[in-house]
Amino acid sequence: MDYLHQFVFGIYPYIALSIFLLGSLMRFEREQYSWKSESSQLVYRGNLRLGSILFHVGVLGLFFGHLVGLLTPLSVWEALGVTHSFKQVFAMSAGGIMGSLALVGLLILLHRRLSNQRLAANTTWRDKLVLLWLLATLLLGLCTIAVSAQHLDGHEMVLLMTWAQHIVTLRGDAAQFIVAASPIFKLHLFMGMSVFVIFPFTRLVHVWSGFGAVTYLGRAWQLVRPRG
Amino acid sequence: MKIRAQIGMVLNLDKCIGCHTCSVTCKNVWTSRDGVEYAWFNNVESKPGIGYPKDWENQEKWQGGWERKPNGKLVPKQGGKMRILANIFANPNLPAIDDYYEPFTFDYEHLQNAPEMQTPPTARPVSVLTGKKMDKIEWGPNWEDDLGGEFSKRSKDALFEGIQKEMYSAFENTFLMYLPRLCEHCLNPACVASCPSGSIYKREDDGIVLIDQDKCRGWRMCVSGCPYKKIYYNWTSGKAEKCIFCYPRIEAGQPTVCSETCVGRIRYLGVLLYDADRIEAAASVEDPKSLYEAQLGVFLDPNSPEIQAEARKQGIPEAWISAAQNSPVYKMAMEWKVAFPLHPEYRTLPMVWYIPPLSPIQSALENGLIGENGIIPDVKDLRIPIRYLANLLTAGKEEPVVSALETMVAMRRYMRKKSVEKISDPASLRGTHLKPAQVEEMYQVMAIANYEDRFVIPSSHKEMVENTFEDKASCGFTFGNGCSSGTSDASLFGKKKATPIVFHDMRRDRKANAGS
Repeated sequence: MDYLHQFVFGIYPYIALSIFLLGSLMRFEREQYSWKSESSQLVYRGNLRLGSILFHVGVLGLFFGHLVGLLTPLSVWEALGVTHSFKQVFAMSAGGIMGSLALVGLLILLHRRLSNQRLAANTTWRDKLVLLWLLATLLLGLCTIAVSAQHLDGHEMVLLMTWAQHIVTLRGDAAQFIVAASPIFKLHLFMGMSVFVIFPFTRLVHVWSGFGAVTYLGRAWQLVRPRG
Repeated sequence: MKIRAQIGMVLNLDKCIGCHTCSVTCKNVWTSRDGVEYAWFNNVESKPGIGYPKDWENQEKWQGGWERKPNGKLVPKQGGKMRILANIFANPNLPAIDDYYEPFTFDYEHLQNAPEMQTPPTARPVSVLTGKKMDKIEWGPNWEDDLGGEFSKRSKDALFEGIQKEMYSAFENTFLMYLPRLCEHCLNPACVASCPSGSIYKREDDGIVLIDQDKCRGWRMCVSGCPYKKIYYNWTSGKAEKCIFCYPRIEAGQPTVCSETCVGRIRYLGVLLYDADRIEAAASVEDPKSLYEAQLGVFLDPNSPEIQAEARKQGIPEAWISAAQNSPVYKMAMEWKVAFPLHPEYRTLPMVWYIPPLSPIQSALENGLIGENGIIPDVKDLRIPIRYLANLLTAGKEEPVVSALETMVAMRRYMRKKSVEKISDPASLRGTHLKPAQVEEMYQVMAIANYEDRFVIPSSHKEMVENTFEDKASCGFTFGNGCSSGTSDASLFGKKKATPIVFHDMRRDRKANAGS
């Protein structure tokens, strides 16, 4: 295990998570006026509805899929009677479907953003960075399906799960589990972790608020603020 | 009973001359900034016309306001909470900027820099969205000003509902009225209800509806939720913005900028006391035509000693209680019944009210239709169809509008007799609910309209809720982030977005000039 591997998969995850959490906190606390979804719907609608809904549904599916798939302890799956092989095939197909939705949506959004003059004039490099970074991560993720298809026994998946679970439980030995993983997986992991690094500095912060908006369901219709 | 106070507004359309001074002064003060060039917190529409944004009154199209479900519950017309959240990725009911208009400026520089030419140089329009020259300006905030454009287009006006509108296309039958519009600061605001972030709120002490700029996340559900289309999305800041009822001025006891600068003296500001516990029931009455009366039922009589005592008990300041007794808004809406809410059928219980116009009488005179009472004609001879006004102000119910117009005509008859023939003739008030003393007061407030009669605004008594000494040397009104905006152009979290050229360059110029 060389140092680079140890750094990227043993230390970088903590750097990324720290930047993600502290960066978000700092922006929320100090620059809340800049915290927004940065919708461009008013200026140009185009295919926004199709693209945005496909993208968001897909990407939310991927997020929860990764969350549950990677972080649920193996013992739980075993207790449920889910075999590793079945879980891998399920993950490949669900990920494939959600990934394709997100990819189509993302391509529509990218096309919309770059082809319209009004949007082009009002797009910052940060907006482009987010879209292109997610595109690269997504494409790599979809490529891993082909890699996985060559061994359906769930062995590599278990190693990836072990890595993720060791990371979040702060055990220092995580990196060693994926030394032998395919470079496609490794690249995907790196790009994916880096999404958390750019997160606080881009419009991605609206994801927090999107989840926060669920509290709307339990709220009264009207809000009245007392003085003071 | 939960007593709350609100500063309400009345606009006397009978005196509006459509000069747009209110719009311009408002724009100069509040929306001469990047991203809201297209937004007019106050605009004046010529009616009949489709208005700004296009067709805003057509709620089948825009889905604004509330809808009463068969079980009697109110739900925003654009959908319940689940539906609103589901539409968060792309709002199907959001107007596009072209429904307002593409913001533009002109290439004035060319007038100075153009080389010698055969023809005089022109300043071509430049789009603020792209920074590029535009071939043609297609629409603007008052495109239909003074009945501009063809009748066939203007007659898409939703207020023609139930009217044989073709006859009003004939030149002889044309009618025109102005409708200045701003945020209604509703008692049952649909924007507040539509906001998934909970960033919009109504202030308890004066009823002003505001958007917390820090908390707004740009989900833009309020824009579609508001049936008056008076919330605007700032396309550079990514936040929603709206009329703030000039709250810094109101707090200090001063009228809003639009009211202060109105050359026709058509605007009135005053306190209304209302029972917050009655709001829901009033907004949910089944028949839309009863909504106007239902809203009247929410207001409390400030002259009743029991109400005054209860208001005091609930912490309404004494100055507000006495201001409520002198409130021109209360008098016009409740005592004289000449002012009406704008589109009560939206069920928002709006708090900016309108006195319907007595339209020009020329045609009635020419046709020999002079009223039975001499020089001043009868209401039925007026130019603007009553139904048209009723569609605007009472959900189509004509009686209250007729009665208000008759009250105003009676006031004119009475005062004319008094000043020309020097006779006080109570008989000329027959058929109205008014007494001579009331008419004289009405004349004073509505016709003479002195400043102190138009604006009865108690200051906000901030000293009761905060220690102003601690506010010394604090920052003034800023766009979020405490005082930090203005000190730096950019932070780790990005730069303030600006429009592509125009205003951005102006700012850059200013900075360059300041440095030299």
